Amino acid sequence: MLIIKKLTKYFAKNSPHETLALENFNLRIGKGDFITIIGSNGAGKSTLLNLIAGTFQQDKGEIRLSGEMISNLPEYRRARWIGRVFQNPLLGTAPYMTIEENLSLSLKREKRGLRLGINKNLRNFFREKLSELNLGLEDNISKKVGLLSGGQRQAMTMLMATMFKPKVLLLDEHTAALDPESSKKILKLTQNLVIERQGDLITLMVTHNMKQALEVGDRTVMMDRGRNIFDIQGEERKKISVDDLVKQFSILGNRKDNYIEDRMVLI
Amino acid sequence: MSISLFLHALEQGFVFGIMVLGVFITYKILDFPDLTVEGSFPLGAAVAAKVIASGGDPLWGTFLSMIAASLAGLFTGLLHTKLKLTNLLSGILTMTLLYSVNLRIMGKPNIPLLGKITLLGKIKDYFPNLSMDYLIPFFFLFIVVILKFIIDYFLSTEIGLTIIATGDNEQMIKSLGVNTDFTKIIGLCLSNALVGLSGALFAQYSGFADVNMGLGTVVSGLACVIIGISIIKIPTIFWRTIAVLLGSLVYRLIMIIALRYGYSLGFKPGDLKLISVLLVIIALSVPFIKRKLNFAERYNLGRKDLQNNDGKEV
Repeated sequence: MLIIKKLTKYFAKNSPHETLALENFNLRIGKGDFITIIGSNGAGKSTLLNLIAGTFQQDKGEIRLSGEMISNLPEYRRARWIGRVFQNPLLGTAPYMTIEENLSLSLKREKRGLRLGINKNLRNFFREKLSELNLGLEDNISKKVGLLSGGQRQAMTMLMATMFKPKVLLLDEHTAALDPESSKKILKLTQNLVIERQGDLITLMVTHNMKQALEVGDRTVMMDRGRNIFDIQGEERKKISVDDLVKQFSILGNRKDNYIEDRMVLI
Repeated sequence: MSISLFLHALEQGFVFGIMVLGVFITYKILDFPDLTVEGSFPLGAAVAAKVIASGGDPLWGTFLSMIAASLAGLFTGLLHTKLKLTNLLSGILTMTLLYSVNLRIMGKPNIPLLGKITLLGKIKDYFPNLSMDYLIPFFFLFIVVILKFIIDYFLSTEIGLTIIATGDNEQMIKSLGVNTDFTKIIGLCLSNALVGLSGALFAQYSGFADVNMGLGTVVSGLACVIIGISIIKIPTIFWRTIAVLLGSLVYRLIMIIALRYGYSLGFKPGDLKLISVLLVIIALSVPFIKRKLNFAERYNLGRKDLQNNDGKEV
Protein backbone atom coordinates (compact mmCIF):
# COMPACT_ATOMS: atom_id res chain seq x y z
CA MET A 1 0.00 0.00 0.00
CA LEU A 2 1.40 3.37 -1.06
CA ILE A 3 -0.31 6.36 0.52
CA ILE A 4 0.47 9.89 -0.62
CA LYS A 5 -1.01 12.57 1.60
CA LYS A 6 -1.20 16.31 0.93
CA LEU A 7 2.04 16.28 -0.99
CA THR A 8 3.20 19.79 -1.94
CA LYS A 9 6.33 20.78 -3.82
CA TYR A 10 7.58 24.19 -4.92
CA PHE A 11 10.52 24.86 -7.19
CA ALA A 12 12.75 27.89 -6.56
CA LYS A 13 10.83 28.58 -3.38
CA ASN A 14 10.96 32.16 -2.03
CA SER A 15 12.31 33.51 -5.29
CA PRO A 16 10.59 35.50 -8.04
CA HIS A 17 10.55 32.30 -10.12
CA GLU A 18 8.68 30.27 -7.53
CA THR A 19 6.55 27.58 -9.20
CA LEU A 20 4.07 25.27 -7.59
CA ALA A 21 4.77 21.84 -9.00
CA LEU A 22 2.51 19.77 -6.78
CA GLU A 23 -0.31 20.99 -4.57
CA ASN A 24 -1.97 18.97 -1.81
CA PHE A 25 -1.69 15.87 -3.90
CA ASN A 26 -3.47 12.80 -2.53
CA LEU A 27 -3.31 9.24 -3.82
CA ARG A 28 -3.91 5.82 -2.26
CA ILE A 29 -2.55 2.90 -4.20
CA GLY A 30 -3.32 -0.67 -3.23
CA LYS A 31 -0.95 -3.60 -3.55
CA GLY A 32 -0.91 -4.90 -7.11
CA ASP A 33 -2.27 -1.73 -8.68
CA PHE A 34 -0.90 -0.63 -12.02
CA ILE A 35 -1.61 3.09 -12.41
CA THR A 36 -1.08 5.11 -15.55
CA ILE A 37 -0.61 8.86 -15.08
CA ILE A 38 -1.39 11.40 -17.79
CA GLY A 39 -1.30 15.18 -17.98
CA SER A 40 0.22 17.97 -20.01
CA ASN A 41 3.76 19.26 -19.61
CA GLY A 42 4.27 20.82 -16.21
CA ALA A 43 1.36 18.94 -14.66
CA GLY A 44 3.68 17.51 -12.02
CA LYS A 45 3.85 13.90 -13.19
CA SER A 46 7.62 13.56 -13.11
CA THR A 47 7.79 15.62 -9.93
CA LEU A 48 5.46 13.10 -8.30
CA LEU A 49 7.71 10.18 -9.26
CA ASN A 50 10.82 12.07 -8.16
CA LEU A 51 9.21 12.77 -4.79
CA ILE A 52 8.26 9.12 -4.32
CA ALA A 53 11.80 8.03 -5.22
CA GLY A 54 13.36 10.71 -3.03
CA THR A 55 15.27 12.56 -5.77
CA PHE A 56 13.43 15.68 -4.59
CA GLN A 57 12.32 16.51 -1.05
CA GLN A 58 8.71 17.61 -0.59
CA ASP A 59 7.82 20.93 1.05
CA LYS A 60 4.75 19.53 2.75
CA GLY A 61 2.91 16.25 3.04
CA GLU A 62 3.98 12.65 3.50
CA ILE A 63 4.48 9.38 1.67
CA ARG A 64 3.92 6.02 3.35
CA LEU A 65 4.88 2.67 1.91
CA SER A 66 3.41 -0.41 3.65
CA GLY A 67 2.73 1.77 6.68
CA GLU A 68 6.30 3.03 6.91
CA MET A 69 6.93 6.74 6.47
CA ILE A 70 9.46 7.02 3.65
CA SER A 71 9.15 10.69 2.72
CA ASN A 72 12.04 11.76 4.97
CA LEU A 73 14.48 9.08 3.86
CA PRO A 74 17.21 9.99 1.34
CA GLU A 75 16.97 8.58 -2.16
CA TYR A 76 19.56 5.88 -1.64
CA ARG A 77 17.71 4.48 1.37
CA ARG A 78 14.44 4.17 -0.54
CA ALA A 79 16.11 2.35 -3.44
CA ARG A 80 15.71 -1.03 -1.75
CA TRP A 81 11.95 -0.85 -2.34
CA ILE A 82 11.76 1.22 -5.50
CA GLY A 83 12.72 0.34 -9.07
CA ARG A 84 12.91 3.14 -11.62
CA VAL A 85 13.07 3.47 -15.38
CA PHE A 86 13.67 6.89 -16.89
CA GLN A 87 12.61 8.35 -20.21
CA ASN A 88 16.22 8.69 -21.36
CA PRO A 89 17.58 5.17 -21.98
CA LEU A 90 21.09 6.44 -21.19
CA LEU A 91 20.19 7.37 -17.60
CA GLY A 92 19.38 3.91 -16.30
CA THR A 93 22.67 2.12 -16.97
CA ALA A 94 26.39 2.82 -16.54
CA PRO A 95 27.91 2.84 -20.07
CA TYR A 96 31.52 2.02 -19.22
CA MET A 97 30.58 -0.95 -17.09
CA THR A 98 29.70 -4.40 -18.38
CA ILE A 99 26.20 -5.87 -18.57
CA GLU A 100 26.86 -8.19 -15.63
CA GLU A 101 28.33 -5.38 -13.52
CA ASN A 102 25.26 -3.24 -14.14
CA LEU A 103 22.97 -6.09 -13.16
CA SER A 104 25.03 -6.83 -10.07
CA LEU A 105 24.78 -3.18 -8.96
CA SER A 106 21.02 -3.25 -9.22
CA LEU A 107 20.44 -6.59 -7.53
CA LYS A 108 21.78 -5.81 -4.07
CA ARG A 109 20.62 -2.40 -2.93
CA GLU A 110 21.76 -2.25 0.68
CA LYS A 111 24.59 -3.41 2.94
CA ARG A 112 27.12 -3.78 0.17
CA GLY A 113 30.38 -5.20 1.40
CA LEU A 114 33.73 -6.57 0.31
CA ARG A 115 32.38 -9.71 -1.32
CA LEU A 116 32.99 -9.99 -5.04
CA GLY A 117 30.29 -8.20 -6.99
CA ILE A 118 30.00 -11.06 -9.48
CA ASN A 119 30.38 -14.78 -8.94
CA LYS A 120 29.48 -17.92 -10.84
CA ASN A 121 26.01 -18.31 -9.36
CA LEU A 122 25.13 -14.69 -10.00
CA ARG A 123 26.44 -14.90 -13.54
CA ASN A 124 24.19 -17.87 -14.27
CA PHE A 125 21.26 -16.08 -12.69
CA PHE A 126 21.93 -13.00 -14.86
CA ARG A 127 22.19 -15.15 -18.01
CA GLU A 128 18.85 -16.75 -17.21
CA LYS A 129 17.19 -13.37 -16.61
CA LEU A 130 18.72 -11.84 -19.75
CA SER A 131 17.59 -14.74 -21.91
CA GLU A 132 14.01 -13.90 -20.94
CA LEU A 133 14.46 -10.58 -22.73
CA ASN A 134 15.07 -12.39 -26.05
CA LEU A 135 17.72 -9.88 -27.11
CA GLY A 136 20.68 -12.23 -27.13
CA LEU A 137 22.35 -10.24 -24.35
CA GLU A 138 23.00 -13.40 -22.33
CA ASP A 139 25.85 -14.29 -24.70
CA ASN A 140 27.53 -10.90 -24.32
CA ILE A 141 27.42 -10.61 -20.57
CA SER A 142 30.83 -8.94 -20.27
CA LYS A 143 30.20 -6.41 -23.01
CA LYS A 144 30.16 -2.71 -22.11
CA VAL A 145 26.63 -1.37 -21.88
CA GLY A 146 27.60 1.73 -23.89
CA LEU A 147 27.81 -0.49 -26.96
CA LEU A 148 24.14 -1.47 -26.79
CA SER A 149 21.30 0.29 -28.59
CA GLY A 150 18.81 2.54 -26.81
CA GLY A 151 16.13 -0.16 -26.88
CA GLN A 152 18.50 -2.79 -25.50
CA ARG A 153 19.63 -0.45 -22.74
CA GLN A 154 16.05 0.34 -21.81
CA ALA A 155 15.22 -3.37 -21.70
CA MET A 156 18.20 -3.84 -19.37
CA THR A 157 17.01 -0.97 -17.19
CA MET A 158 13.58 -2.62 -17.00
CA LEU A 159 15.22 -5.82 -15.88
CA MET A 160 17.37 -3.95 -13.33
CA ALA A 161 14.30 -2.16 -11.96
CA THR A 162 12.34 -5.38 -11.38
CA MET A 163 14.93 -8.13 -10.80
CA PHE A 164 15.41 -7.31 -7.11
CA LYS A 165 11.66 -7.64 -6.44
CA PRO A 166 10.83 -4.06 -5.48
CA LYS A 167 7.58 -2.99 -3.85
CA VAL A 168 7.16 -0.04 -6.20
CA LEU A 169 8.00 0.36 -9.88
CA LEU A 170 8.23 3.93 -11.25
CA LEU A 171 8.16 4.32 -15.02
CA ASP A 172 8.62 7.84 -16.33
CA GLU A 173 7.61 7.83 -20.02
CA HIS A 174 10.01 4.96 -20.40
CA THR A 175 8.97 4.16 -23.98
CA ALA A 176 8.79 7.74 -25.29
CA ALA A 177 12.37 8.10 -26.49
CA LEU A 178 12.46 4.81 -28.40
CA ASP A 179 11.59 3.93 -31.98
CA PRO A 180 8.06 2.48 -32.44
CA GLU A 181 9.27 -1.12 -32.63
CA SER A 182 11.44 -0.95 -29.49
CA SER A 183 8.73 1.05 -27.77
CA LYS A 184 6.22 -1.75 -28.37
CA LYS A 185 8.68 -4.36 -27.15
CA ILE A 186 9.47 -2.47 -23.96
CA LEU A 187 5.78 -1.97 -23.19
CA LYS A 188 5.14 -5.69 -23.69
CA LEU A 189 8.10 -6.46 -21.46
CA THR A 190 6.74 -4.09 -18.82
CA GLN A 191 3.41 -5.88 -18.78
CA ASN A 192 5.06 -9.30 -18.58
CA LEU A 193 7.33 -8.27 -15.73
CA VAL A 194 4.39 -6.80 -13.81
CA ILE A 195 2.26 -9.90 -14.38
CA GLU A 196 5.16 -12.05 -13.19
CA ARG A 197 4.86 -10.42 -9.77
CA GLN A 198 1.24 -11.55 -9.48
CA GLY A 199 -0.28 -8.54 -7.82
CA ASP A 200 2.62 -8.05 -5.44
CA LEU A 201 3.90 -4.83 -7.02
CA ILE A 202 2.73 -1.22 -7.17
CA THR A 203 3.38 0.29 -10.60
CA LEU A 204 3.14 3.95 -11.57
CA MET A 205 3.59 4.68 -15.25
CA VAL A 206 3.71 8.21 -16.62
CA THR A 207 2.75 8.47 -20.27
CA HIS A 208 1.83 11.12 -22.82
CA ASN A 209 -0.06 8.64 -24.91
CA MET A 210 -3.75 8.61 -23.92
CA LYS A 211 -4.49 5.40 -25.75
CA GLN A 212 -1.65 3.67 -23.94
CA ALA A 213 -2.83 5.15 -20.66
CA LEU A 214 -6.20 3.43 -21.04
CA GLU A 215 -4.95 0.15 -22.47
CA VAL A 216 -2.18 -0.57 -20.01
CA GLY A 217 -2.69 -1.05 -16.29
CA ASP A 218 -5.90 -1.00 -14.30
CA ARG A 219 -6.31 2.58 -13.12
CA THR A 220 -5.70 5.99 -14.71
CA VAL A 221 -4.95 9.25 -12.94
CA MET A 222 -5.06 12.58 -14.73
CA MET A 223 -2.98 15.45 -13.39
CA ASP A 224 -3.13 19.13 -14.12
CA ARG A 225 -1.14 21.95 -12.57
CA GLY A 226 0.01 19.81 -9.68
CA ARG A 227 -3.39 18.42 -8.78
CA ASN A 228 -5.08 15.07 -9.18
CA ILE A 229 -8.11 16.03 -11.29
CA PHE A 230 -9.46 12.73 -12.52
CA ASP A 231 -9.08 9.21 -11.19
CA ILE A 232 -10.76 6.32 -12.94
CA GLN A 233 -10.71 2.53 -12.63
CA GLY A 234 -12.70 -0.68 -13.06
CA GLU A 235 -15.77 -0.87 -15.29
CA GLU A 236 -15.93 2.89 -15.70
CA ARG A 237 -12.40 2.89 -17.13
CA LYS A 238 -13.14 0.10 -19.56
CA LYS A 239 -15.98 2.08 -21.09
CA ILE A 240 -14.23 5.39 -21.49
CA SER A 241 -12.67 6.38 -24.84
CA VAL A 242 -9.73 8.60 -25.65
CA ASP A 243 -12.17 11.32 -26.83
CA ASP A 244 -14.01 11.23 -23.51
CA LEU A 245 -10.72 11.54 -21.70
CA VAL A 246 -9.77 14.59 -23.73
CA LYS A 247 -13.15 16.17 -23.00
CA GLN A 248 -12.76 15.42 -19.30
CA PHE A 249 -9.41 17.09 -19.40
CA SER A 250 -10.81 20.31 -20.86
CA ILE A 251 -13.66 20.43 -18.37
CA LEU A 252 -11.85 19.37 -15.20
CA GLY A 253 -8.66 21.20 -16.02
CA ASN A 254 -10.79 24.32 -16.31
CA ARG A 255 -9.27 25.16 -19.66
CA LYS A 256 -11.37 27.84 -21.31
CA ASP A 257 -9.32 27.76 -24.48
CA ASN A 258 -9.93 24.04 -24.92
CA TYR A 259 -6.18 23.67 -24.88
CA ILE A 260 -4.96 20.19 -25.56
CA GLU A 261 -1.39 19.45 -26.21
CA ASP A 262 -0.78 17.68 -29.49
CA ARG A 263 1.31 14.95 -27.96
CA MET A 264 -1.51 13.96 -25.61
CA VAL A 265 -3.81 12.86 -28.37
CA LEU A 266 -1.21 11.03 -30.35
CA ILE A 267 -2.53 7.55 -30.73
CA MET B 1 71.80 3.95 -22.78
CA SER B 2 73.54 2.59 -19.73
CA ILE B 3 72.00 -0.04 -17.50
CA SER B 4 72.11 2.18 -14.43
CA LEU B 5 70.00 4.78 -16.18
CA PHE B 6 67.46 2.10 -16.92
CA LEU B 7 67.50 0.86 -13.33
CA HIS B 8 66.89 4.39 -12.14
CA ALA B 9 63.89 4.64 -14.44
CA LEU B 10 62.57 1.36 -13.00
CA GLU B 11 63.01 2.51 -9.40
CA GLN B 12 61.34 5.83 -9.98
CA GLY B 13 58.71 4.38 -12.27
CA PHE B 14 57.62 1.93 -9.58
CA VAL B 15 57.84 4.25 -6.57
CA PHE B 16 55.91 6.97 -8.39
CA GLY B 17 53.73 4.21 -9.87
CA ILE B 18 52.07 3.89 -6.45
CA MET B 19 51.13 7.57 -6.71
CA VAL B 20 49.95 7.02 -10.29
CA LEU B 21 47.62 4.24 -9.12
CA GLY B 22 46.13 6.76 -6.71
CA VAL B 23 45.70 9.42 -9.39
CA PHE B 24 44.16 6.75 -11.65
CA ILE B 25 41.51 5.98 -9.03
CA THR B 26 40.36 9.57 -8.69
CA TYR B 27 40.91 10.82 -12.23
CA LYS B 28 39.78 7.82 -14.25
CA ILE B 29 37.54 5.79 -11.93
CA LEU B 30 35.79 8.47 -9.87
CA ASP B 31 35.99 11.15 -12.56
CA PHE B 32 37.22 13.48 -9.82
CA PRO B 33 40.27 15.61 -10.73
CA ASP B 34 41.84 15.56 -7.29
CA LEU B 35 44.49 18.21 -6.63
CA THR B 36 44.91 17.06 -3.01
CA VAL B 37 47.72 14.78 -4.19
CA GLU B 38 49.94 17.81 -4.64
CA GLY B 39 49.83 18.14 -0.83
CA SER B 40 49.41 14.53 0.25
CA PHE B 41 52.57 13.36 -1.52
CA PRO B 42 54.84 15.63 0.59
CA LEU B 43 52.57 14.90 3.57
CA GLY B 44 53.44 11.21 3.28
CA ALA B 45 57.11 12.12 2.95
CA ALA B 46 56.94 14.52 5.90
CA VAL B 47 55.29 12.07 8.29
CA ALA B 48 57.63 9.22 7.38
CA ALA B 49 60.70 11.46 7.56
CA LYS B 50 59.69 12.89 10.93
CA VAL B 51 59.23 9.43 12.45
CA ILE B 52 62.46 8.07 10.92
CA ALA B 53 64.56 11.13 11.77
CA SER B 54 63.49 10.92 15.40
CA GLY B 55 64.62 7.29 15.50
CA GLY B 56 61.25 5.61 15.04
CA ASP B 57 60.45 2.41 13.20
CA PRO B 58 60.41 3.16 9.43
CA LEU B 59 57.58 0.66 8.90
CA TRP B 60 55.49 2.49 11.46
CA GLY B 61 56.39 5.84 9.86
CA THR B 62 55.38 4.58 6.43
CA PHE B 63 52.11 3.26 7.80
CA LEU B 64 51.38 6.57 9.57
CA SER B 65 52.05 8.47 6.36
CA MET B 66 49.31 6.46 4.62
CA ILE B 67 46.86 7.23 7.41
CA ALA B 68 47.72 10.94 7.35
CA ALA B 69 47.37 11.16 3.58
CA SER B 70 44.03 9.33 3.59
CA LEU B 71 42.80 11.86 6.16
CA ALA B 72 43.76 14.57 3.66
CA GLY B 73 41.58 12.75 1.10
CA LEU B 74 38.79 12.57 3.67
CA PHE B 75 39.02 16.32 4.20
CA THR B 76 38.75 17.04 0.47
CA GLY B 77 35.83 14.61 0.27
CA LEU B 78 33.99 16.31 3.12
CA LEU B 79 34.52 19.75 1.57
CA HIS B 80 33.08 18.47 -1.70
CA THR B 81 30.18 16.34 -0.47
CA LYS B 82 29.06 18.09 2.72
CA LEU B 83 29.88 21.74 1.98
CA LYS B 84 29.12 21.29 -1.75
CA LEU B 85 32.32 22.95 -2.97
CA THR B 86 33.38 21.99 -6.49
CA ASN B 87 35.83 19.10 -6.78
CA LEU B 88 38.67 21.31 -8.08
CA LEU B 89 38.28 23.92 -5.36
CA SER B 90 38.07 21.29 -2.61
CA GLY B 91 41.39 19.86 -3.79
CA ILE B 92 43.05 23.25 -4.09
CA LEU B 93 42.00 24.23 -0.56
CA THR B 94 43.29 21.00 0.97
CA MET B 95 46.51 21.15 -1.03
CA THR B 96 47.23 24.70 0.13
CA LEU B 97 46.35 23.90 3.70
CA LEU B 98 48.65 20.88 3.64
CA TYR B 99 51.65 23.10 2.82
CA SER B 100 51.37 24.67 6.28
CA VAL B 101 50.59 21.32 7.88
CA ASN B 102 53.66 19.73 6.29
CA LEU B 103 55.87 22.55 7.54
CA ARG B 104 54.42 22.09 11.03
CA ILE B 105 55.03 18.35 10.96
CA MET B 106 58.62 18.67 9.78
CA GLY B 107 59.39 21.80 11.81
CA LYS B 108 61.72 22.92 8.99
CA PRO B 109 61.47 22.87 5.20
CA ASN B 110 63.80 19.92 4.74
CA ILE B 111 64.62 16.78 6.73
CA PRO B 112 67.66 14.77 5.60
CA LEU B 113 67.50 11.02 6.22
CA LEU B 114 71.15 10.22 5.60
CA GLY B 115 72.47 7.75 8.14
CA LYS B 116 69.00 6.97 9.50
CA ILE B 117 67.42 3.54 9.41
CA THR B 118 64.94 3.56 6.52
CA LEU B 119 62.72 0.81 5.18
CA LEU B 120 65.18 0.23 2.37
CA GLY B 121 68.03 -0.13 4.86
CA LYS B 122 66.02 -2.70 6.80
CA ILE B 123 65.25 -4.68 3.66
CA LYS B 124 68.95 -4.61 2.81
CA ASP B 125 69.68 -6.43 6.08
CA TYR B 126 67.62 -9.38 4.85
CA PHE B 127 69.47 -9.57 1.54
CA PRO B 128 73.07 -8.63 2.41
CA ASN B 129 74.47 -10.14 -0.79
CA LEU B 130 72.26 -8.25 -3.21
CA SER B 131 73.41 -4.90 -4.57
CA MET B 132 71.22 -1.92 -3.74
CA ASP B 133 70.99 -1.17 -7.47
CA TYR B 134 68.94 -4.32 -7.99
CA LEU B 135 67.33 -4.58 -4.57
CA ILE B 136 65.52 -1.24 -4.74
CA PRO B 137 63.73 -1.77 -8.07
CA PHE B 138 62.74 -5.29 -7.01
CA PHE B 139 61.43 -4.07 -3.67
CA PHE B 140 59.36 -1.32 -5.29
CA LEU B 141 58.12 -3.70 -7.99
CA PHE B 142 57.05 -6.13 -5.27
CA ILE B 143 55.05 -3.43 -3.44
CA VAL B 144 53.50 -2.04 -6.60
CA VAL B 145 52.39 -5.48 -7.81
CA ILE B 146 50.78 -6.30 -4.47
CA LEU B 147 48.98 -2.95 -4.46
CA LYS B 148 47.84 -3.48 -8.05
CA PHE B 149 46.17 -6.77 -7.15
CA ILE B 150 44.60 -5.34 -4.00
CA ILE B 151 43.13 -2.48 -6.05
CA ASP B 152 41.94 -4.88 -8.77
CA TYR B 153 40.21 -7.01 -6.16
CA PHE B 154 38.73 -4.06 -4.31
CA LEU B 155 37.26 -2.57 -7.48
CA SER B 156 35.49 -5.83 -8.28
CA THR B 157 33.81 -6.10 -4.87
CA GLU B 158 30.29 -4.85 -4.26
CA ILE B 159 31.59 -1.57 -2.83
CA GLY B 160 34.23 -1.29 -5.56
CA LEU B 161 31.64 -1.58 -8.29
CA THR B 162 29.60 1.20 -6.71
CA ILE B 163 32.72 3.42 -6.75
CA ILE B 164 33.23 2.76 -10.47
CA ALA B 165 29.54 3.44 -11.10
CA THR B 166 29.75 6.73 -9.18
CA GLY B 167 32.23 7.97 -11.75
CA ASP B 168 30.27 6.50 -14.63
CA ASN B 169 26.63 7.43 -13.97
CA GLU B 170 26.05 9.09 -10.62
CA GLN B 171 22.30 9.62 -10.99
CA MET B 172 21.79 5.97 -11.81
CA ILE B 173 23.80 4.61 -8.92
CA LYS B 174 21.96 6.90 -6.49
CA SER B 175 18.69 5.44 -7.66
CA LEU B 176 20.18 1.97 -7.06
CA GLY B 177 20.64 2.64 -3.37
CA VAL B 178 24.16 4.04 -3.13
CA ASN B 179 25.16 7.02 -1.04
CA THR B 180 27.53 8.63 -3.53
CA ASP B 181 28.96 10.95 -0.85
CA PHE B 182 30.27 7.80 0.79
CA THR B 183 31.71 6.24 -2.37
CA LYS B 184 33.47 9.47 -3.32
CA ILE B 185 35.04 9.78 0.13
CA ILE B 186 36.17 6.14 0.09
CA GLY B 187 37.75 6.65 -3.32
CA LEU B 188 39.52 9.84 -2.23
CA CYS B 189 40.85 8.24 0.98
CA LEU B 190 42.15 5.21 -0.89
CA SER B 191 43.73 7.32 -3.61
CA ASN B 192 45.46 9.68 -1.21
CA ALA B 193 46.66 6.84 0.99
CA LEU B 194 48.46 5.47 -2.07
CA VAL B 195 49.90 8.90 -2.87
CA GLY B 196 51.06 9.30 0.75
CA LEU B 197 52.71 5.87 0.67
CA SER B 198 54.45 6.84 -2.55
CA GLY B 199 55.71 10.04 -0.90
CA ALA B 200 56.93 8.16 2.16
CA LEU B 201 58.83 5.61 0.08
CA PHE B 202 60.24 8.27 -2.21
CA ALA B 203 61.59 10.23 0.77
CA GLN B 204 63.34 7.12 2.07
CA TYR B 205 64.66 6.29 -1.39
CA SER B 206 66.03 9.75 -2.09
CA GLY B 207 67.24 10.35 1.45
CA PHE B 208 65.29 13.48 2.35
CA ALA B 209 61.83 14.98 2.70
CA ASP B 210 61.21 18.46 1.37
CA VAL B 211 58.15 20.65 1.78
CA ASN B 212 58.21 21.44 -1.94
CA MET B 213 58.59 17.91 -3.23
CA GLY B 214 54.92 17.64 -4.17
CA LEU B 215 55.18 20.30 -6.82
CA GLY B 216 53.94 18.89 -10.12
CA THR B 217 52.57 15.62 -8.70
CA VAL B 218 49.20 16.11 -10.37
CA VAL B 219 50.65 16.75 -13.79
CA SER B 220 53.13 13.90 -13.69
CA GLY B 221 50.42 11.57 -12.35
CA LEU B 222 48.07 12.57 -15.14
CA ALA B 223 50.82 12.23 -17.73
CA CYS B 224 51.53 8.66 -16.58
CA VAL B 225 47.84 7.72 -16.59
CA ILE B 226 47.26 9.16 -20.05
CA ILE B 227 50.45 7.73 -21.57
CA GLY B 228 49.68 4.30 -20.10
CA ILE B 229 46.10 4.21 -21.27
CA SER B 230 47.07 5.26 -24.77
CA ILE B 231 49.59 2.39 -24.93
CA ILE B 232 47.34 -0.39 -23.56
CA LYS B 233 43.76 0.13 -24.62
CA ILE B 234 42.01 -2.87 -23.06
CA PRO B 235 39.30 -1.32 -20.89
CA THR B 236 39.22 -3.76 -17.98
CA ILE B 237 40.47 -2.79 -14.52
CA PHE B 238 43.09 -5.55 -14.61
CA TRP B 239 44.70 -4.14 -17.77
CA ARG B 240 44.15 -0.50 -16.87
CA THR B 241 46.16 -0.76 -13.66
CA ILE B 242 48.93 -2.45 -15.65
CA ALA B 243 48.63 0.30 -18.26
CA VAL B 244 49.07 3.17 -15.79
CA LEU B 245 52.10 1.46 -14.22
CA LEU B 246 53.61 1.03 -17.66
CA GLY B 247 52.79 4.71 -18.27
CA SER B 248 54.68 5.57 -15.10
CA LEU B 249 57.77 3.67 -16.31
CA VAL B 250 57.67 5.29 -19.75
CA TYR B 251 57.23 8.73 -18.23
CA ARG B 252 60.17 8.34 -15.83
CA LEU B 253 62.32 6.99 -18.64
CA ILE B 254 61.54 10.07 -20.73
CA MET B 255 62.27 12.34 -17.77
CA ILE B 256 65.58 10.65 -16.94
CA ILE B 257 66.70 10.74 -20.55
CA ALA B 258 65.70 14.39 -20.73
CA LEU B 259 67.76 15.08 -17.60
CA ARG B 260 70.76 13.05 -18.75
CA TYR B 261 70.97 14.13 -22.37
CA GLY B 262 68.97 17.34 -22.26
CA TYR B 263 72.04 19.43 -21.49
CA SER B 264 73.35 19.04 -24.98
CA LEU B 265 70.03 20.38 -26.25
CA GLY B 266 70.19 23.30 -23.85
CA PHE B 267 67.65 22.02 -21.30
CA LYS B 268 68.08 22.69 -17.61
CA PRO B 269 66.64 20.69 -14.66
CA GLY B 270 64.15 23.51 -14.14
CA ASP B 271 62.66 22.76 -17.54
CA LEU B 272 61.41 19.33 -16.39
CA LYS B 273 58.00 20.66 -15.37
CA LEU B 274 57.62 22.32 -18.74
CA ILE B 275 58.47 19.06 -20.46
CA SER B 276 55.95 17.11 -18.39
CA VAL B 277 53.18 19.61 -19.11
CA LEU B 278 54.00 19.45 -22.83
CA LEU B 279 53.80 15.66 -22.58
CA VAL B 280 50.33 15.87 -21.03
CA ILE B 281 49.12 18.35 -23.63
CA ILE B 282 50.44 16.23 -26.49
CA ALA B 283 49.03 13.00 -25.06
CA LEU B 284 45.63 14.59 -24.48
CA SER B 285 45.38 16.29 -27.86
CA VAL B 286 46.59 13.43 -30.06
CA PRO B 287 43.14 11.78 -30.43
CA PHE B 288 41.60 15.16 -31.28
CA ILE B 289 44.26 16.06 -33.83
CA LYS B 290 44.01 12.57 -35.35
CA ARG B 291 40.30 13.09 -35.83
CA LYS B 292 40.87 16.49 -37.39
CA LEU B 293 43.30 14.96 -39.84
CA ASN B 294 41.03 12.03 -40.67
CA PHE B 295 39.62 13.07 -44.01
CA ALA B 296 36.82 10.49 -44.22
CA GLU B 297 35.43 11.31 -40.83
CA ARG B 298 35.83 15.03 -41.28
CA TYR B 299 33.57 15.12 -44.30
CA ASN B 300 31.22 12.52 -42.89
CA LEU B 301 32.07 10.03 -45.58
CA GLY B 302 30.64 6.72 -44.51
CA ARG B 303 28.63 8.13 -41.61
CA LYS B 304 29.68 5.45 -39.15
CA ASP B 305 27.17 6.71 -36.63
CA LEU B 306 24.26 5.91 -38.91
CA GLN B 307 25.42 2.45 -39.84
CA ASN B 308 25.45 1.04 -36.36
CA ASN B 309 21.85 1.18 -35.34
CA ASP B 310 21.30 -2.54 -34.98
CA GLY B 311 23.17 -2.87 -31.73
CA LYS B 312 26.35 -3.94 -33.47
CA GLU B 313 29.70 -2.86 -32.18
CA VAL B 314 29.96 0.89 -32.30
